[in-house]
Amino acid sequence: MDLGYTDEYKSFRREVEQFLADHRNHAPSGAVRGTDDAKRWQKLLIEQGYAARTIPREYGGYGAEPDILKNHIIAEAFAKARLPPGHSGDPRLVPTLLELGTEEQKQAYIRPTIEGDMSWCQGYSEPGSGSDLASLSTRAVVDGDDFVINGQKIWTSGAKTADMIFCLVRTEPDAPKHQGISYLLFSMDTPGIDVRPLKQMTGDSHFNEVFFTDVRVPTQQIVGRRGEGWFVANATLKHERGSLGDPNAAESRFYDIVEMMKEETIDGSRLMENANYRDRLLKLQARMLSMKYNGMRVLTHNARGEEPGLPRWIVKLQGCELNHQMAGMAIDLMGELGILYDNSPYIRDAGMWQHRYMMDLGLIIGGGTAQIQKNMIGERALGLPKEPKYEEI
Amino acid sequence: MEFTLTEEQRLLQDSVSRFLETECPLDRVRESADAEITNDPGLWQGLTELGIHGILIPETLGGVGLGALEAALIAEALGKTVTPVPFVANAVMAPVALMSAATDEQREAWLPKIAGGEVIFGVGVTEQIARRESDGITASGGKLNGKAMFVLDGADANMLIIADNTGALHIVDATADGVARQKLKTIDRTRSVAEIVLTDAPGDVLPGSVRDEEPLRQTIDAGRLILAADSLGSSQTMIDRSIAYARERKQFNRVIGSFQAVKHMCAEMASDLEPCRALVWYAAHAVGAIPEESRLMICHAKAHLAEVGQQVARKSTEVHGGMGFTDLLGLHYWFKRNGFNRQLLGAPELVREEAARLQGWI
Repeated sequence: MDLGYTDEYKSFRREVEQFLADHRNHAPSGAVRGTDDAKRWQKLLIEQGYAARTIPREYGGYGAEPDILKNHIIAEAFAKARLPPGHSGDPRLVPTLLELGTEEQKQAYIRPTIEGDMSWCQGYSEPGSGSDLASLSTRAVVDGDDFVINGQKIWTSGAKTADMIFCLVRTEPDAPKHQGISYLLFSMDTPGIDVRPLKQMTGDSHFNEVFFTDVRVPTQQIVGRRGEGWFVANATLKHERGSLGDPNAAESRFYDIVEMMKEETIDGSRLMENANYRDRLLKLQARMLSMKYNGMRVLTHNARGEEPGLPRWIVKLQGCELNHQMAGMAIDLMGELGILYDNSPYIRDAGMWQHRYMMDLGLIIGGGTAQIQKNMIGERALGLPKEPKYEEI
Repeated sequence: MEFTLTEEQRLLQDSVSRFLETECPLDRVRESADAEITNDPGLWQGLTELGIHGILIPETLGGVGLGALEAALIAEALGKTVTPVPFVANAVMAPVALMSAATDEQREAWLPKIAGGEVIFGVGVTEQIARRESDGITASGGKLNGKAMFVLDGADANMLIIADNTGALHIVDATADGVARQKLKTIDRTRSVAEIVLTDAPGDVLPGSVRDEEPLRQTIDAGRLILAADSLGSSQTMIDRSIAYARERKQFNRVIGSFQAVKHMCAEMASDLEPCRALVWYAAHAVGAIPEESRLMICHAKAHLAEVGQQVARKSTEVHGGMGFTDLLGLHYWFKRNGFNRQLLGAPELVREEAARLQGWI
């Protein structure tokens, strides 16, 4: 155990902190992508090596060697300075293109994506294919130099504003389900695409349904070969899963609750003086700390190029559940005020906790439901046998 | 930044684990339990040779001079095999008390003997955590009077360290006149606790603990960390056994581990326990490296392992179905070990309340 950093990393941290102190007034307010301010900020961060850090220079990145500790230091410094961090384009698409895209695809898409000029949505889930994603049935048939796509996607975040989509379609209907899928890239302006917002329980419309009717996409827009789309997509699922349980976010959420309990009063007593609330708070603190140190353990393995195993498999399941329970506690602390919503008078923290409580449930379900996570932990980390296939029973 | 065990720490834990896996199978635990033995002489001898009693004791005094993290790793190994050998009081709490509050003479008199396995110390601090009814010890003029409950390793000990009502610590010869001892029958037959009644019993005070609570608190911290680490090891075995059973046991022509109801219980246990490992490591590391955080982290480790350990004990028993309830399978030794670790040195609600005080929340 050595929780300190070497001189190289200490000076790197100072460098990042100094940069942020010097450039604070260049930062856009909020992290909304696509505004000119946000694009300028992102370009500045790429030049500095604080965004798109390991993406090669020829595709518009900074071109550094992978260094997980430096990534971690960058993330911590931005969080501490409360400044919007940079991004590496789409966290699922860009790594996939780097690994499996053609040279033309890399040249065409990576630079505008990381610079914020091109945004993407993900066309994976379908009404009939959620947890069993490989059963998807959106068809793409070759006609001349084009694929012709017909079908429907659902839960497509950002489809209304995205410029492009990376999409899984069935091109080989007679092959076994995992071997009949292809991974296509195309513009959301292509004729035949109809986007319908899907209103969610929070009242927002973060997700959409996307309908395809005779959408024509040139055949060179495929990543990997025909029938290999499932394996191409799995390269990106791996990138998504690790990101849904950020321990830094959980820690700051926890201390927001502590502050609330110190400030709010019921019948003249601070909430912190109530032993029941306090005990519940401390139980959450133990779990938050456990996940924080578990994250340091995962980070250490990653930095050494080792597979972390179980400590990584549990992050999504535990992290999302913990966040949900923290939001639930904040609402209970507010009592009656906890039912207020939108712009109601008396609302606390602009309704953030009520919104999060619902949003977190979406995150528990999305990106591999809690039950799918438990299957994966059971099968891949603990070595328990898979459920027999229906036809085997 | 390296949040992981060193090679030396891994080797240390492996050597203790390997010895216990060979020498401390369930049958031996059962034999000891049936004979009401909580210090198996063969295991004691082997563990003495491995140096576990002197883990925290400086090399100059016959120990191996390692830290709290190494002690926690040994506790984890002992918990894995529900080992019937004194450790928490004798090898951890007593040395911490002596090192933090004793005179040089007292240290030289006792620490080499602990390290060499020539003496066994029990430790009585229960009344300083949660005093019940008329329990408690008064000290005056070198004589101690009163009752100390749940003295850890107390039935096997020939020497004791007992806290009086002011928090000062005293060395007491367990065989002296005026010391009456009653072994308490508990759910956990792998470890001993005793009621000690002192009537004008001679006590040798640790001077550093007079009017300074810190040595007492450090002693309690050390004990809590060890109980948490013991539960970590014990719970890990319960999970490992559940997985092994779920891969073997068939019903409806399928191994039961292929049923999601069973698989998910295993996944829940593993995903609840795994982050506890990082918490125990951090808390133990903090003792030497980040002392300002260590007490809070130990409170959290103690309380959280109590909660997770209880859930694992319960769910792993259920995974084993009817067999989990039997003596034949012996899973109950681990179930009860977790129960012991939960109740001693502060049940979870009390320890969490202490964590709140440490953060200035009350």
